[in-house]
Amino acid sequence: MYQIVKKQSLNPTVTKMEIAAPFVAKKALPGQFIILRVDEEGERIPLTIADYDRERGTVTIIFQIVGAGTQMLNAKNEGDCIPDFVGPLGKPTHTEGLKKVCVVGGGVGCAIALPVAKALHAQGAEVTSIIGFRNQDLVILEEEFKACSTDFHIMTDDGSYGRQGNVCVPLKELLEKGERFDEVITIGPLIMMKFVCATTKEYGVKTIASMNPIMIDGTGMCGGCRLTVGGEMKFACVDGPEFDGHLIDFDEAMSRSRAYVDFETRERETNCNLFKKEVQ
Amino acid sequence: MAKFNMNPLKNPMPTQDAEVRNGNFDEVALGYTAEMAIDEAKRCIGCKNRPCVAACPVNIKIPEFIAKVAEGDFEAAYQIIAEDSSLPAVCGRVCPQETQCEGKCTRGIKAGCEAVGIGRLERFVADWHNANCSVQPVPAPSNGHKVAVVGSGPAGLTCAGDLAKMGYDVTVFEALHVAGGVLVYGIPEFRLPKAIVKKEVDNLKALGVKVETNMVIGRVITIEELKSEYGFEAVFIGSGAGLPKFMNIPGESLKGVYSANEFLTRSNLMKAYRTDSHTPIQRGKCVAVVGGGNVAMDAARTAKRLGAEVHIIYRRGEEELPARREEIEHAKEEGIIFDLLTNPTQILATPVSDPRDPNFGWVSGIECVRMELGEPDESGRRSPKVVEGSQFVIPVDCVIMSLGTSPNPLLKATTPALQTLRRGEIAVDEVGKTSIEGVYCGGDAATGAATVIKAMGAGKVAAKAIDEYIQSK
Repeated sequence: MYQIVKKQSLNPTVTKMEIAAPFVAKKALPGQFIILRVDEEGERIPLTIADYDRERGTVTIIFQIVGAGTQMLNAKNEGDCIPDFVGPLGKPTHTEGLKKVCVVGGGVGCAIALPVAKALHAQGAEVTSIIGFRNQDLVILEEEFKACSTDFHIMTDDGSYGRQGNVCVPLKELLEKGERFDEVITIGPLIMMKFVCATTKEYGVKTIASMNPIMIDGTGMCGGCRLTVGGEMKFACVDGPEFDGHLIDFDEAMSRSRAYVDFETRERETNCNLFKKEVQ
Repeated sequence: MAKFNMNPLKNPMPTQDAEVRNGNFDEVALGYTAEMAIDEAKRCIGCKNRPCVAACPVNIKIPEFIAKVAEGDFEAAYQIIAEDSSLPAVCGRVCPQETQCEGKCTRGIKAGCEAVGIGRLERFVADWHNANCSVQPVPAPSNGHKVAVVGSGPAGLTCAGDLAKMGYDVTVFEALHVAGGVLVYGIPEFRLPKAIVKKEVDNLKALGVKVETNMVIGRVITIEELKSEYGFEAVFIGSGAGLPKFMNIPGESLKGVYSANEFLTRSNLMKAYRTDSHTPIQRGKCVAVVGGGNVAMDAARTAKRLGAEVHIIYRRGEEELPARREEIEHAKEEGIIFDLLTNPTQILATPVSDPRDPNFGWVSGIECVRMELGEPDESGRRSPKVVEGSQFVIPVDCVIMSLGTSPNPLLKATTPALQTLRRGEIAVDEVGKTSIEGVYCGGDAATGAATVIKAMGAGKVAAKAIDEYIQSK
C-alpha cells in the first residue's frame, strides 16, 4: 500500500498529492510517469511525475479532477492509502547540454513542465517560462515557475490574470524578436501543443512535446497509447512520453484521446450521484 | 470389473451449451465428475515405453498419476503431478495436449481411436485437490540463497516454485498490479477462471515465494542492481512477449482498433466485461478479429460474449489456422464467422470530416482481398497470394489485431549487456543462461510468443541450472 502523506488543493479542479513510494522516488526523473489505482477495482490512471524527494521517499503528483478515477483519488485524504503505484515509467526528459530553453505549459500540464524547468535551471540553463490558463481561478505554480525562470510570461484566455491570449502569443513574439532557443519543451492540452509546435516550426526551433494518451499497462503491452510520429507508429509508454513535436500527428492523437468520452461522462455522473448520496 | 476400459473414445468433456455460454463469461468446460475421471483413467493401459511423459515439457509422471486416479486416490494423484508441475489446474486447461502428451498416447495411435484424456484428468485432479484439500504446502528448509524472478507468468511462477522447493529465498517481481502474467491479462475467464490462477499463486506463496507487484524491473530496479544492491545471487527473466504487432496498413490508429493484448487486458485484467467495471471497452455490433491463433480465438469469443457479430479474418485456409482445434471448434459452435483466405488491406473510417463530431475517426469497415494458396515455401506452409480484383468491404465498428507479439524491449533497453536476437528475443543457451553471469531467462522472452507449458518447461530447466550455478560458486 502507498500512503498519501500530503494533500493540497491547488485550485478547484487541480490537486497535489505527495505519495510515499520509496522505490519510485529513488529512480524518478523529470518527464517520467507513474500509474496508480485508487482501489482494488479501480482503473489504472497514468500521471506524469511532478516532483520527488529521494530522501523522504515520496513522489508528488498533480492531477486534474476530470474523470471518475481522479474524482475517487481526490476523495482520498492525508493518511489514506492506495493499493497500487507503479513507476517510474517512460523515458526521462533529455536536458543534457541544453543552455537556453523555453518551457511552455498549459493548465495542469504546468505541473509536469515545472520539474523540467527546475532541472534545467539547476544545471545552469537559461529558462524562459510561458504558462497559460483559462482564467485566474485556475492559475497554479506561478511562484515556483518564477523561481526557476530568467524570463517569465503568464497568460489567461479571458485576460483575468496576466496577459490575455494563449501561450503562442509571447512565444511568437520572442521568436520574432530573434530569441534563439536550443529547444522548446511543451506540456499541456493537445490542442495547445499542436499550435506551439506549429509556431516553432516556422522558425525551425526544435520542439519536444510530452504526450499523455490513454493507456493501460504502461510497459508496452497494450499498444493503446500508440501515436503516429514521423509516419511511424510509436508507443508513448516505452518510446516516449516525449517526442519531436514537429513530427507528431496531433489530429490523430486528439481523435484517439476522445475514444471513451461517453463512457467517462456516464462514470462521472454515476460517481457524482454516489458522492451526493454519501453527503445526504 | 474389467481392469482396463477399452472404449476407443474419450469420455466427453461436459460443457456449457454453446448458445448459452456465448452470452456469459463462466467457464466453458465444466470438468469431469469423479466417476468420469475414474472411467477415463482406466483407459490408460500403463504401457512400458511411456511416450506421454517424454512428450510433456515438464515430464509429469503421467501413467503413475492416472493409476492413482483409477484407484480413486485423487490426492495421491495430485502429489505425483505436483512433483513436476507448479500449475496443474492451469495446464489441465490450457496445454495443447493434442500435440504433446496425448499426441503420443499409445491408445490414440490406431485410426478411429482417441488418446487418454490426460489433460482432462490433470484438470480434474487439480480441481479436486483445490476443493478438498486445505493442507498448505510446507516451505522447504532455507538454504540461505536469494534468487529474483522477473515476471509472474508461467515461466516465472514455475521457476520460483521449483527454486522455493529446493530451499531458495525467492522474490517474484511483477509489473502489473496482480500476479499471473498472461494467465490473468491474456487468457479469458471462460477458459481459465482467475480464481484458479490466484489459488496457484497462493500455493506458491505458501511455499515461501514472495510476490512484489507494481515493480517494473529495468525501470525501478535494474537487473544489475538486483544482484549488486539487493543481494540476489541469480536472476531469472520471464518477462514474456508482450509487445503487440500491427499490420502497418492504413487506418490502424482509428478509434475502435485494438491490439488483441489491449482488448483482452481490458476485459480480463480490468474486468471491462462486467457492467460495474471502471474500465471501458468497445462493445462493437460487428467485430473483425485479424489473425488465426489461440489469442485470436480468445479475442473473438470475448467480443461475441460482449454482444457482437464476430468475424475471424485469416489469410490462409482452415488447415493452416495456428490455433488449437478445440478452440476453433468452440469458436465455431459459439457462432464466430470464419472469413478464411482473406487479408485486410485497410481499415475504413466513418465518413465524418468534422473532428469535433463524436462520430469522427471511428472504424466503419475493413477492406479485404481474397487470397489463394500457392506452392509450399521453405517452412512447408503454402504461402497465400492475392486474388487480383477481389477487394470487398466488411462493415465493422471494431477491429482487433491479433498478429502475434514480440518480447518486451524494456529490459534490453535498460540492461545494455543483455544480448538479444533479431526479433528482440533474449539470447540463451539450452539451460536458459544469458550473456550476463547469474542471469537466466526462459519462456516467451527467449523464444517469442509460444505456449504456457513451454514457458513452464523453460522455467523448470532454468531453476535447475540456477541451483547448479549457485551451488558451484
